[in-house]
Amino acid sequence: MANMQMNKTPMPEQEPLVRNRNWQEVALGYSEQDALSEAQRCLNCKNMPCVSGCPVGVKIPEFIKKVAEGDFEGAYQKIKETNSLPAVCGRVCPQENQCEHNCVRAVKGESVGIGRLERFVADWHRAHASENDVEAVEIPANAPKIAVIGSGPAGLSCAGDLAKNGYRVTIFEALHKAGGVLSYGIPEFRLPKDIVDKEVASLEKMGVEIRLNTIVGRTLTVDELFESGYAAVFIASGAGLPSFMNIPGENSNGVYSANEFLTRVNLMKAYREDYLTPVKCGKNVAVVGGGNVAMDAARCAKRLGAESVYIVYRRSEAEMPARFEEVHHAKQEEIIFRTLVNPVKINADEKGNVISMTCVKMELGEPDASGRRRPVEIEGSEFDIELDTVIISVGTSPNPLIRMTTSGLDTNKKGCIVTMDGVTTTREGVFAGGDAVTGAATVILAMGAGREAAAAIDKYVKGNN
Amino acid sequence: MFKLLSKEKLGDAVVKIEIDAPQISAKIGPGQFVIIRSHEYGERIPLTVADFDREKGSITVIFQTVGASTKLLATLEAGDSIIDVVGPLGNKTELEDVKSAAVIGGGLGCAIAYPQAKYLHEKGAKVDIIAGFRSKDLIILESEMEKVSDTLTILTDDGSNGKKGLVTDGLKQNIEKGAKYDTVIAIGPPIMMKFVSMLTKELGIKTIVSMNPIMIDGTGMCGGCRLTVGGETKFACIDGPDFDGHLVDFDELIRRNSTYRSEEAEAVEKLHKCNLDRFGGTK
Repeated sequence: MANMQMNKTPMPEQEPLVRNRNWQEVALGYSEQDALSEAQRCLNCKNMPCVSGCPVGVKIPEFIKKVAEGDFEGAYQKIKETNSLPAVCGRVCPQENQCEHNCVRAVKGESVGIGRLERFVADWHRAHASENDVEAVEIPANAPKIAVIGSGPAGLSCAGDLAKNGYRVTIFEALHKAGGVLSYGIPEFRLPKDIVDKEVASLEKMGVEIRLNTIVGRTLTVDELFESGYAAVFIASGAGLPSFMNIPGENSNGVYSANEFLTRVNLMKAYREDYLTPVKCGKNVAVVGGGNVAMDAARCAKRLGAESVYIVYRRSEAEMPARFEEVHHAKQEEIIFRTLVNPVKINADEKGNVISMTCVKMELGEPDASGRRRPVEIEGSEFDIELDTVIISVGTSPNPLIRMTTSGLDTNKKGCIVTMDGVTTTREGVFAGGDAVTGAATVILAMGAGREAAAAIDKYVKGNN
Repeated sequence: MFKLLSKEKLGDAVVKIEIDAPQISAKIGPGQFVIIRSHEYGERIPLTVADFDREKGSITVIFQTVGASTKLLATLEAGDSIIDVVGPLGNKTELEDVKSAAVIGGGLGCAIAYPQAKYLHEKGAKVDIIAGFRSKDLIILESEMEKVSDTLTILTDDGSNGKKGLVTDGLKQNIEKGAKYDTVIAIGPPIMMKFVSMLTKELGIKTIVSMNPIMIDGTGMCGGCRLTVGGETKFACIDGPDFDGHLVDFDELIRRNSTYRSEEAEAVEKLHKCNLDRFGGTK
């Protein structure tokens, strides 16, 4: 008998005013009892609308049925069939726009907590499965070699699928640590780094080689990868180049891109006493932008000890691209939202340090190309916010190093790689996916592209033999 | 891991190390840099290459032990390993059309100016080196610079080597003596590059300066290395590190480089107070 509770089983969380002073995870995860009870809310619909909302096609009703039966390991294996990073997706996927959006239970009441269940299953597996359960795989030496550029979500999922199919995969990573945005971007309190490390380690066990400190476009080129015997190349280098606003004072001391701020904190561990990385986070901090990255930066600033942290966004809250849950969590943690406000100038003292930001108030006009109502400046509404730190989080675009050094690879005017069927580029043998193709998007869309590319590469290589 | 092949102290706070890095050595050229992380707890340090030996597969960098992370790097000895070295980063200096150059180095900047002079000298260009140091005991690479130049002028701020003066004085004197340059390459503290660029702008000589700003990744990801060139924001790591000295906003650069001054002092103190082992040991 299904559990006909209208609402999701609540997710236990750290108290907002406790957690905004520490770096431990915000959400604490379901207990076995919570999971069993939530799993029983699933009606096991025949046509599975939830699955069609999942970019990697997780067999949702099947894994939830296993949870309801108490077969948590079975549920994990079911998810793993199509999703190589369940512990990550259970935490950072925007389920409300995907699987849960399509859930029949959401018609009347709340959807099944699919993300929460996925997270529970993945965490249960990590806590109970011994590492020895996974046998190290030896890939035959004569198997075709595939190069994957970038070890973020797209690269990891593509590498995982290819390794499963018997390919010898090498991932080339520019930084000193694998994981891409999962390592440098998403903070510890949303995605603990030991989860990322474990996922990467399990991939290595599957026979994937990861070469750190190797920048394709500098250390090596795509041409050289082919010369050294790779049969195909998958570009999953993300969208790592930060955009700025081009307003006066933006190069003052104390103005960061969200990328730099988050990299200092997450990858370089500036929040930990034992690391030498410095980060300037003053008493008053403004984060400009309304996406998930802006929420992450604001919540990190609060945890670094800032007293007032503002989200400054030029449209209204309804247009914010951030997930509802992230906005909600940020507000609970006393992040101050200044919406319909647009910065026009950053002011600094004689030493170049930020002292304030001049902003104007905005109102919403007619819808623009994005379908959202265009923010229009209210004349004479200028005002200053006193600040020590400004974090610019207005978007990123793909890094130019690969397109600058790879002939025959078409890119559009935003610098994104052009693909013909989603993952096939204009250069033979070269595939691309994730943010490098779409511009900044989500972890799960990148993972979906990684899977799609793995299938396309398999077809391409087999077609050539 | 990258093996440290040799280490030499060039002065009280200046260290030269040669690192086994065949993949980087095969490609790196004058003006390009690497990023080094010597220990898990240390920072990523951008260092412009001072020399490279493609046959041996090695690169050489020279650094000053000013911050905590460079002090940590200096604890490594020949035979030890560095955990991360990545490169080559940035673009090679465009030296193809240079026929006659004044290569100006200020202090540690000489380590970066040296490979440029060497490259030009080897391809047959006329090279005058003008090197400035604070005092005689801080002079580095004298014999190396001697070998790759037509004339070498070493000046000190305090005159302790018998030749008191600024590098701009040296450049003026060379020109007064009749030297003609199609290019000036100036590498050193931003304030020095600023004054050289002001002078060469007056003289109408093309001037290349090399930036060594604050950065993390070196691939365009953080934007920490941004500077204003000709009114536009550029990233030193992907657009540079070389820029037209006549277009760089040096005052902004000097301000930005001071961002972490107080944190740097704190980190050094932290390092001194603790046993080095806490930072991953000396190995």
